[in-house]
Amino acid sequence: MPEITAEQVAHLAHLARIDLSPQEIARLTADLGQIVDSVAKVSEVATPDVPATSHPVPLANVFRDDVVTPSLTVEQALSGAPERDGDKFRVPAILDED
Amino acid sequence: MTDLIHLSAATLAGLLADGSVSSVEATRAHLDHIDAVDTDVHAFLHVATDAALAAAAAIDARRAGGESLAPLAGVPIAIKDVLATADMPSTAGSRILEGWIPPYDATVVRKLREAGLVPLGKTNMDEFAMGSSTEHSAYGPTRNPWDLGRIPGGSGGGSAAAVSAFEAPLALGSDTGGSIRQPAAVTGSVGVKPTYGGVSRYGAIALASSLDQVGPVSRSVLDAAMLHDVIGGHDPLDATSLPDIWPSMTEAARAGLADGALRGVKVGVIKELNGDGFQSGVKQRFDEALAILAGAGAEISEVSAPNFEYAVSAYYLILPAEASSNLARFDSVRFGMRVNPGSGPLTSERVMAATRDAGFGPEVKRRIILGTYALSAGYYDAYYGSAQKVRTLIQRDFDAAFSKVDVLVSPSAPTTAFKFGEKLADPMAMYLNDITTIPANLAGVPGMGLPIGLAPEDGLPVGLQVMAPARQDARLYTFGAALEKLLEAKWGHTLLSEAPPLTPTEMFATKEGAV
Repeated sequence: MPEITAEQVAHLAHLARIDLSPQEIARLTADLGQIVDSVAKVSEVATPDVPATSHPVPLANVFRDDVVTPSLTVEQALSGAPERDGDKFRVPAILDED
Repeated sequence: MTDLIHLSAATLAGLLADGSVSSVEATRAHLDHIDAVDTDVHAFLHVATDAALAAAAAIDARRAGGESLAPLAGVPIAIKDVLATADMPSTAGSRILEGWIPPYDATVVRKLREAGLVPLGKTNMDEFAMGSSTEHSAYGPTRNPWDLGRIPGGSGGGSAAAVSAFEAPLALGSDTGGSIRQPAAVTGSVGVKPTYGGVSRYGAIALASSLDQVGPVSRSVLDAAMLHDVIGGHDPLDATSLPDIWPSMTEAARAGLADGALRGVKVGVIKELNGDGFQSGVKQRFDEALAILAGAGAEISEVSAPNFEYAVSAYYLILPAEASSNLARFDSVRFGMRVNPGSGPLTSERVMAATRDAGFGPEVKRRIILGTYALSAGYYDAYYGSAQKVRTLIQRDFDAAFSKVDVLVSPSAPTTAFKFGEKLADPMAMYLNDITTIPANLAGVPGMGLPIGLAPEDGLPVGLQVMAPARQDARLYTFGAALEKLLEAKWGHTLLSEAPPLTPTEMFATKEGAV
């Protein structure tokens, strides 16, 4: 398995949208290397003839009747918002432009 | 007055039903004890004193009015902070949700209230249930009532400590890789992870959706069964909830108390979970429990589950992968914390990244990064894909074992409670602690942990785990109640009655409204 680099961890942090300090990246690079070395063991027995399991007790086609049931009011839905504007969530600019 | 805090939930329910005790008395006794000991134990992140007393008074009034109430009506309960509660903060042990009060109750919480149980408050946990010690809680660890210098297990250390410190007779937990069973083992309490889909996950803050299950935490098998009957059953709001009609777990536990309940029961000892790396006192008490089972007519045999040795590896790929996706919802828009970056333009993406840096602790960051890696293009097949195949192999191991035996047993955890800080610097050492409990989550089968004695070398509790085929949760309760009865007959008392008394502290636990 390939070595994990600090550049790779910085890229993963960007993908996961977490600002990490250089110290955190250094620490996580070492941690990740150790953990990945250990868990890579799964490939020893994961041969092509074994099907994958994604769900422990599979269910198929789970539907509810298409009827309106009570749901959150606008006030309830907005009750935990860090910032609101009237009946809407208020967010910073979506696009990174000047 | 009766010593209300040391009663089992079943006994307390009986006294409430016949009118010899009121729910207000029982609730106040528990709140007073929380005030006295929880500064030291720190099982609770939030204590809902006024709301609990009001709920108790309402139950007392309904009972006085002649209403027929559910069996556990009026009994106090603690709720793990991973569960949404419309009247209490729900933080999952994370800064990012500090003070968040959800606009709805989790289905299991709604069911508790409908059955008349009295929520005392919310219990501490590793942040987003990531951990085996509560040391990853953003609000400080919970301490083990048996030894305040040791961990209470995790992630549900708060719920296990609450029941074993007699702060509540019952609690709710959640178990993704052992978060109910491992804390039960190290605190001398009982905990059950039901069959995947047996209990609703609606309103449980998701860690790994294909592994998470909510379940009961208690001091006796019968009490756990009674709570299971309250929270179990189909929920249309959870697409993974099984539509099965379940038998009464309470009746199953009572059946275990009858003579001869273990006669002819085929018990498989998992060879791979009983070898090197298990503490000597854990092995000793486990072997003694097997002898007791054999003496009661159970047929003990060894069974092999060769792929269990890959379970921890598969788990620490599947869990981080699912967690990295589930935790994407913490985006600083709809709920929780928002932090602006120190410099540069304020865009949604940059605010989200600054918020997640400030709001997530080190273990959560570690697992999100690991999960993001495992799901990356180029690595997906080697890691996540292989882990899902291991999951199939582990299910096959269970199927093969259950074709020969009725239940499988192992020690609940490899060691007794370790000291704070002992495994904090080494993530893999912490992860390997879950070696006994993880296979059940990967396969979806139910598992119970119950106390079987104290390790001679350190005087700390040891647990036994029993597992049954998917949907056969009732079998755990019959088996568990029977074993518990035999052990308590041998000891002459419950294991928890041997726990050292906690001395009241001068400062009081966190009061309502302040997390």
